[in-house]
Amino acid sequence: MLGNFIHNYEEAVALLLFSIGFVTLLFHRNMIRKLIGMNIMDSGIYLFLASLGYIYDRRAPIVEDGITDPSKYVNPVPASLVLTGIVVSVSVTAVMLALAVRLYERYHTLNLDEIYELSRRRTEHR
Amino acid sequence: MKTMKNDIKSKLSAWLNFDLDLDEVPERTPPKPKAPHRSKLLILRRIQNERVHRAVYALLAVFCSITLAACLLLTVSGMPRYGEDAEFMDTVTYEYLAHGMEYTGVVNIVSGIILEYRAFDTLGESFVLFCAVSCVLLLLRRDGASGKEPPAMRDITGDPILSSSARILVPLIFVFGIYVLLNGHLSPGGGFSGGAVLGAGLIIISSAFGEDVSGRIITERVFKTVTTAALLFYCVGKSYTFFTGANGLPTGIGNGTPGDILSAGLILPLNIAVGMVVACTVYGMYRMFGKGRF
Repeated sequence: MLGNFIHNYEEAVALLLFSIGFVTLLFHRNMIRKLIGMNIMDSGIYLFLASLGYIYDRRAPIVEDGITDPSKYVNPVPASLVLTGIVVSVSVTAVMLALAVRLYERYHTLNLDEIYELSRRRTEHR
Repeated sequence: MKTMKNDIKSKLSAWLNFDLDLDEVPERTPPKPKAPHRSKLLILRRIQNERVHRAVYALLAVFCSITLAACLLLTVSGMPRYGEDAEFMDTVTYEYLAHGMEYTGVVNIVSGIILEYRAFDTLGESFVLFCAVSCVLLLLRRDGASGKEPPAMRDITGDPILSSSARILVPLIFVFGIYVLLNGHLSPGGGFSGGAVLGAGLIIISSAFGEDVSGRIITERVFKTVTTAALLFYCVGKSYTFFTGANGLPTGIGNGTPGDILSAGLILPLNIAVGMVVACTVYGMYRMFGKGRF
């Protein structure tokens, strides 16, 4: 059942981090906390990808002394995928923070329940 | 009211020459005021509903979280062992590692993948960053016209510890950022990390010596020009190599000796372009969140 669970502890930790971020996203009402949860999820994914590419006793994929033997280096593909992920997560975080700033300016709270109640009251009032 | 309506109806039917129904228009009765206990009951019911919703939400959320975590951990236990040479390590990765230096002229294979094999993706990433900073500009920009001043941040300009340490650190940070930017094809680093370091240096200048000092380096005009020029250069350069590569033409750009600073064809200028975009983006976002203008 739990075949390689003990050996894959690094991936397991990464995915636990992902789950922690997911729980934060679900259970917190504050926009900023939700954003932090999303960033924790992103970090979990980076750690997962980085640990997928690692191979024991091999070096980082930077060619040294002209040795181009692929069995000497770790997998370079996850590193470039992580780079893409970091850029996208930075962009998403920036846009979400800007939206949170605008929400706070309009409703003077970041609690999503209160914002929902206020917006419903405003539409009823109209 | 009632007589007026009937009057209009009869006039209309005379004019149209046929009979509209001339029934009595019933007087509208004003609605009875609701009994107070009824509205109280409604509020009570709403609160109860909300409680029920919350309980259901919490139950479903706990269920979802536990299921997700269990699925993920089960998948992990079925994956190949950590740190061992897996089967997926044979085709694409083999090609990158065995021939990457020969074809692209880079020493840092990751940089070669990002800016040569998967350059189209990196162009997309740069545009994602550009779109993000445009959205932040749209959302947070405060011109003189709208007139609303943002809530004041705590002013730390001229703080003795910050400014005296910034005097020592800022040159080092800039040198390190430029080093990382220019050595992207030789050592760990590249456009994104070097640009982020440069942007952090600009942010330190802005917070330690005041916005006027950093505003003299990067005005809005400089921001727009640098970002657009870098992205355009990236587009044109990569379009050229894609076009020539797809048609089997010689590019006229040599790969040089791997390991030299001036090698690896277009990768060094592309790294610089990406770094410029990232530095401007990081600094621009800082200014937008702080002051709302450059």
